[in-house]
Amino acid sequence: MSGHSSYEFQNGFLRWLDSRLPLPSMLKGQAMDFPTPKNLNYFWTFGGILLLCLVVQIVSGIVLAMHYTPHVDMAFNSVEHIMRDVNYGWLIRYMHANGASMFFIAVYIHMLRGLYYGSYKAPREVLWIIGVLIFLIMMATAFMGYVLPWGQMSFWGATVITNLFSAIPIVGKGIVEWLWGGFAVGNPTLNRFFSLHFLLPFVLAGVVILHIWALHVPGNNNPTGIDPKSPKDTVPFHPYYTVKDGFAIVLFLIFFAVWLFYYPNALGHTDNYIPANPLVTPSHIVPEWYFLPFYAILRAIPSKLGGVIAMFGAIAVLFILPWLDTSRVRSGSFRPLFKVFFWLFVFAGVVLGYCGSQPPEGSLVLIARVATAYYFLFFLLILPLLGIFEKTKPLPASISESVLPKKKAATAEPAQA
Amino acid sequence: MATAASSEPTRRDFLYIATGTAAVVGAASAVWPFIDQMNPDASVQALATIEVNIGAVEEGQSITVLWRGKPVFIRHRTAKEIEEARAVPVDQLPDPTAENAALPADAPATDENRAIKPEWLVMIGVCTHLGCVPLGQQGDFGGWFCPCHGSHYDTAGRIRKGPAPRNLDVPIYSYVNDTTLRVG
Repeated sequence: MSGHSSYEFQNGFLRWLDSRLPLPSMLKGQAMDFPTPKNLNYFWTFGGILLLCLVVQIVSGIVLAMHYTPHVDMAFNSVEHIMRDVNYGWLIRYMHANGASMFFIAVYIHMLRGLYYGSYKAPREVLWIIGVLIFLIMMATAFMGYVLPWGQMSFWGATVITNLFSAIPIVGKGIVEWLWGGFAVGNPTLNRFFSLHFLLPFVLAGVVILHIWALHVPGNNNPTGIDPKSPKDTVPFHPYYTVKDGFAIVLFLIFFAVWLFYYPNALGHTDNYIPANPLVTPSHIVPEWYFLPFYAILRAIPSKLGGVIAMFGAIAVLFILPWLDTSRVRSGSFRPLFKVFFWLFVFAGVVLGYCGSQPPEGSLVLIARVATAYYFLFFLLILPLLGIFEKTKPLPASISESVLPKKKAATAEPAQA
Repeated sequence: MATAASSEPTRRDFLYIATGTAAVVGAASAVWPFIDQMNPDASVQALATIEVNIGAVEEGQSITVLWRGKPVFIRHRTAKEIEEARAVPVDQLPDPTAENAALPADAPATDENRAIKPEWLVMIGVCTHLGCVPLGQQGDFGGWFCPCHGSHYDTAGRIRKGPAPRNLDVPIYSYVNDTTLRVG
């Protein structure tokens, strides 16, 4: 938590380097000796998993860019060329496409973990806000990446999403034509999306460094939500959490591999294997699965501008979450009512995802509206009020006490007998 | 230093403001080319006019042509369609303006304002909600139906039901002769 350690390196070269650029002692202090609460559960391994996801996407993406052609007449065929002709092209493209889905699975678990255990509360507000920023950049990157194969879903997804900005009064049309570089989605659009899709992951890497920096000032939250009170409550990051994170990464890679090798197209859409055609809209446009809840919110509001505001609002509300939750207890483990509303929130998210995947007809419209209402009520009404009315369970005295209850009970029992 | 007590603007204050202003103006002028390069370029703007032969389009048929990267619907309407479109009172329409590029922005959305010759309806086939291409002769009003988010347009391409905010846009077009239409 404090700056770099005052460790004296045995190795002469490291000592020489450290006195000129203190990178070795920074890494030793932040990545090895960093005091970490000893009770972190497996939900805390998703930070490391997400770092791996970013690396996989950057490495596979750079390789794909060596074989891909960002032109409306050639993009679709160059992707097929990668799939059929390039050595291991199929592997690398499926890795990149499914890697995006894995990235979002991990980020949603990571965010829900933060929500459940109150990881956004003081003093970690900036850490959380940077995290929401990362989520936004991820969504922009994923959206532009999905456009590049130039299939029907690419083209019409790009059309619908860029048209969201046309809802802005007066300047909307101008903004949309500026985004397109034309009067419709076309070659200029594909070119700039390719350029930005290449750039944004590196921006992401930079913001991730800020995220880790902001994490290492207050240190990790933990399942009890109470701060470490003595060195007994923490263990060094290495080897304890390098090994735990490593094990979780192995499990995650197995999960990833199942999709990659057995169901490589299950998370995509078949219409994207039809080349883009500006004259025919597919009968049912859906975004990638990770955007479905937000897409459902967009469609739940029966007004164009209103829907767009609600959709962006659904993400914007996350930025002010640290100030909406008034409860002084961080961890959901000690908040019986919060738990109920939290799982209802997760359920509403799943329902919205389902509604987003279906045509907006019949009772689904009403269901999507109810779930949308709950999404916003959870943040804007329930969280502020719960902090005032909820009776929380007693907190343990320390992290050590919370993880060693059996020992206490064992010593207490003979005294009673 | 007596800086705290003095409320008189000094020469240093002037220099700060002048330098700051020059920096802001300079930065904005340097940024503008980088923003404007994304706007539709000269080659895109140049493709602004097309001519279409409509001689072979029989009554009840439609064709779709590509203009400025967008589909344009050209429909040879039936008498029944024209009649239905004319029977709708303008004050019952969600968008009461004609959305016709050749007319003033506040022209009422009468069928006469939507089509130069009543039998030929020409409009941009892009849903005013989020830009999908609506399907012809479908939906509750016998006009167009957008499958993406369920907007219904009538036989004059006016929005009647669903999330779309405006009637389908009518582009600038003219008749070169009886069988040739110029769009743009």
